[in-house]
Amino acid sequence: MSEPSRPTRVLGVGLEIAVPVAVLAVWALVSANSTSFYFPPLLDIFGAFADTWLFERVGTDVLPSLGRLFSGYVIAVIAAVVIGVALGSSRTLGRMVDPVVQFLRAIPAPVLIPAGILILGVGSEMKVALIAFVCLFPVLLNTIDGVAGVDPALRETARSFQIPWRERLFRVVLPSAAPQIFAGARVSLSLAVIMMVVSEMVASTNGIGYFVLQSQRTYAITEMWAGIFLLAILGYVLNALFLLVERRALRWHRGARAGAG
Amino acid sequence: MLRVEHLRKVYQEGTKRAFEAVADLTFTVQERELVCIVGPSGAGKTTLLKMIAGLLPPTAGAVYLDDEKVTGPPEKMALVFQDYSRSLYPWMTVDQNVAFPLKHRKLGKGETTELIRDTLQSVGLAGAGKKYPWQLSGGMQQRVAIARALAYQPEILLMDEPFASVDAQTRADLEDLVLQLRARYGVTVVFVTHDIDESVYLSDRVVVLTPSPTRVQEIVDVPLPRPRDQVETKELPEFAHLRAYVWRSIKRPETAEVHA
Repeated sequence: MSEPSRPTRVLGVGLEIAVPVAVLAVWALVSANSTSFYFPPLLDIFGAFADTWLFERVGTDVLPSLGRLFSGYVIAVIAAVVIGVALGSSRTLGRMVDPVVQFLRAIPAPVLIPAGILILGVGSEMKVALIAFVCLFPVLLNTIDGVAGVDPALRETARSFQIPWRERLFRVVLPSAAPQIFAGARVSLSLAVIMMVVSEMVASTNGIGYFVLQSQRTYAITEMWAGIFLLAILGYVLNALFLLVERRALRWHRGARAGAG
Repeated sequence: MLRVEHLRKVYQEGTKRAFEAVADLTFTVQERELVCIVGPSGAGKTTLLKMIAGLLPPTAGAVYLDDEKVTGPPEKMALVFQDYSRSLYPWMTVDQNVAFPLKHRKLGKGETTELIRDTLQSVGLAGAGKKYPWQLSGGMQQRVAIARALAYQPEILLMDEPFASVDAQTRADLEDLVLQLRARYGVTVVFVTHDIDESVYLSDRVVVLTPSPTRVQEIVDVPLPRPRDQVETKELPEFAHLRAYVWRSIKRPETAEVHA
């Protein structure tokens, strides 16, 4: 794979910025004189966005939402990697637990909200627990796969040099499984945003999901759209941040693949 | 000294799919000797090597290293695998790869750094320490694997068809490198190959294996003068004779005679 030439790259970056700007411009123009109750002018939405999110409701809604999102996500990733390493290392254990994992994974997580409210109440604990539950499985399954799939030659090399198990785990098994773990973690991140919003819509007194539903119920349609905009931006930024981290952590992987290809 | 005594390996023993890879192998390797193990493909060479390395338990028989029975990977032994791209860790630099097995040795930091620099230099890779394996050519990657094994300071070096996937010129260079390094470090070498020229060129003795289930077909002495040279050694009539002899021994097991 050769690097694209400089003019092509500049053009590519230019288009990446120009296309969304153009889409927004067309939207703003078309909607400028809108009198529709449901589709207010884009500039009105932007106005509501600025009034609402810069920065009046950051403390009351955005921060609680982000707090739940990250708590649930971090708990899930750590638990999934720990459990995944155990299940991926032992074939017997992996096979024993697999039906249970598949069964739990088949539960559509929003359906657990009523149970979550009963057991944990309507507070943040319930939301964090549900986000963690949803995020667990993509990372768990990928970790199991990645750990079970470590090249036997790499394992044997480590064994023949009498590398202690801790070193084998942290410097051989986990790095080798890292590309798959990251792939799972990326899927989980978008699930975390979805679950955050859903849980806040069902039972909450604050949060972005709560705000969007509340706006709709009080016919504050412009604010509702502003909330949806914020969620889109949030998802985009989170994904971009994730890619940044992944690129740094898996630099060797891209290099090795380019070298082999 | 390495002693292999009546080694036998049956995979999936006691099942319908039982497969006897190694029937009965006995031979010894003296200190500082270079012994090549050759055999037709599928002769259980890798199985044998893994049992010697303590990575695979034998069904019967035993391996002794300096009269100690091998039950797991011995500390005095280092391995170089055929597939360098799968035995070097791609997330570590060359330096880190070589340093990895040394971590739990009680060496000072300066001593470790010195050792890494020294071994990389001896395989012709001075200055490549900060690169990643995938930034190097195949031949250079195998040099890194050799450096890693040497930095481990083993008494015995096991090499499993280490040069099977590099081009001919690189292969000749690496063969000479092994001979040089053996002279320099005084290490015993057990070298598995299916290349008859390579085995005769490198060896003090060649152990010829039969097809699976494997036995020792015969052990051939290689009294060619040292130091050996890719051109001059291979031009000697004795080289041609030994090469032909080993060749026939592998191709027609039943008619070969024991060579004195």
